[in-house]
Amino acid sequence: MELLEKLSFYFTYPFVRYALIVGVLISLCSSLLGVTLVLKRFSFIGDGLSHVAFGAMAIAAVVGLTNDMLIVLPITIVCAVLLLRTGQNTKIKGDAAVAMISVGALAIGYLIMNIFSTSSNLSGDVCTTLFGSTSILTLTKTEVWLCIVLSLIVVAAFFFFYNKIFCVTFDESFSKATGTKTEIYNLIIAVIIAVIIVLAMNLVGSLLISALVIFPALSAMRMFKSFKSVTVCSAVLSVFCSSLGILVSVLFGTPVGSTIVAVDIVAFICSTVIGKIAGGVRK
Amino acid sequence: MTAQLTCRNLCLGYDGKEILHNLNFEIYAGEYLCIVGENGSGKSTLMKTVLGLQKPLSGEILTGDGLSSNEIGYLPQQTIVQKDFPATVSEIVLSGCQGACGIRPFYTKEEKKRAVENIEKMGITHLAKRCYRELSGGQQQRVLLARALCATKKMLLLDEPVSGLDPKVTEEMYGLIQTLNKDGITMIMISHDIGSALKYASHILHIGKTVFYGTKEEYVANGGFTTNGGER
Repeated sequence: MELLEKLSFYFTYPFVRYALIVGVLISLCSSLLGVTLVLKRFSFIGDGLSHVAFGAMAIAAVVGLTNDMLIVLPITIVCAVLLLRTGQNTKIKGDAAVAMISVGALAIGYLIMNIFSTSSNLSGDVCTTLFGSTSILTLTKTEVWLCIVLSLIVVAAFFFFYNKIFCVTFDESFSKATGTKTEIYNLIIAVIIAVIIVLAMNLVGSLLISALVIFPALSAMRMFKSFKSVTVCSAVLSVFCSSLGILVSVLFGTPVGSTIVAVDIVAFICSTVIGKIAGGVRK
Repeated sequence: MTAQLTCRNLCLGYDGKEILHNLNFEIYAGEYLCIVGENGSGKSTLMKTVLGLQKPLSGEILTGDGLSSNEIGYLPQQTIVQKDFPATVSEIVLSGCQGACGIRPFYTKEEKKRAVENIEKMGITHLAKRCYRELSGGQQQRVLLARALCATKKMLLLDEPVSGLDPKVTEEMYGLIQTLNKDGITMIMISHDIGSALKYASHILHIGKTVFYGTKEEYVANGGFTTNGGER
């Protein structure tokens, strides 16, 4: 009872409501694409791209742009397109390319911040960008609206391209051979992912984005057997875990990002157990 | 009568290295062509080129007799991604219709009906709601064959359709392919198995150090079987 009172008290503050709205939307978007990414063996692209976004943010901070979205989003989209361009003639393959860009961007970003930063609390700034510790609680109304609009676009795009995304994920050569324009859909997937990651940096910071992308998808894949049910379950699970994580962190004052990820881990363990039991019963 | 598929002076390779030089062959409707050759002789490269996944170094591939280049159904070898893919048989078979969709986001009733019919044709109706990753190798091949049938009514390209299957299932698979061929679908099969190629195919294309193209009878008369008969 006491908890509920405390909760309703916190909800009178707009920043708590904003955090919840943004959290739910971002986790919904990231989980939708998560299934595709995990299956395409691109689990780590979230990590790689978020480090790129971190590097871009460092540049934006140094240049002194007030709205760093203008520089962060394009750079991240370009990198996503380059990484997902799984052409046969790419010299550096998937995981190596992701690792290279990820580490490279992280190092360059930190370097730039270190050399040019005017802030007195440098390690605090870096920590905030990496773990997103409080930025979700300091969202402005404009940022919330931006997030809502972008999320709607992502969800709509996913809905309309669902069948095509399935084809491109399951068997790219077959789709291409039978006349599907796989390059375009790969491009769309890459752009959507970049948008999600830039959005999600506010929520959990760049180190933990991978968790939002892959945990719900992996959990859903333990329990369900069709692509549609896995996608739906992943979305529901992700929204549930993020809401719970945000509420817990508000109530107990824990860091938002890591709390959400902790809840995701618990959900993953539960799903694995449920999947094992259900599988055992069927056999 | 024009050929469904004509390869004219085709040179294949990648990274500028040529592995096949001046390849010429034609396939007419209803034929069953088996492409044989050692590993590395360029079988897969040839297949990718026919499917339009790769550009030939020179020469051309022409389609005719009412076949357009994206109407070639394709039974690929399984990839690692597919081994643990969470999707039901119906979902996968239906995805074969995607090529015809263009920009349209959803499948039509006819396409869904077609998927159901092809599932039935492959004798896997009882598996329609099952998850692909739980099926046996032979069942998975049937699923992919049903998907390929959704993409074409005219020509199928099979890439080592029986690799990894046990002898009994292999025979069933060859039988199934033969039935489809008798129903009027042109078959191009890539195979290691020259014995079976001679048993089922109407034409043989042997690529490697020596290139041979002709009917099965010509191939046997040419001594192709005796020189390569040991390789199975």
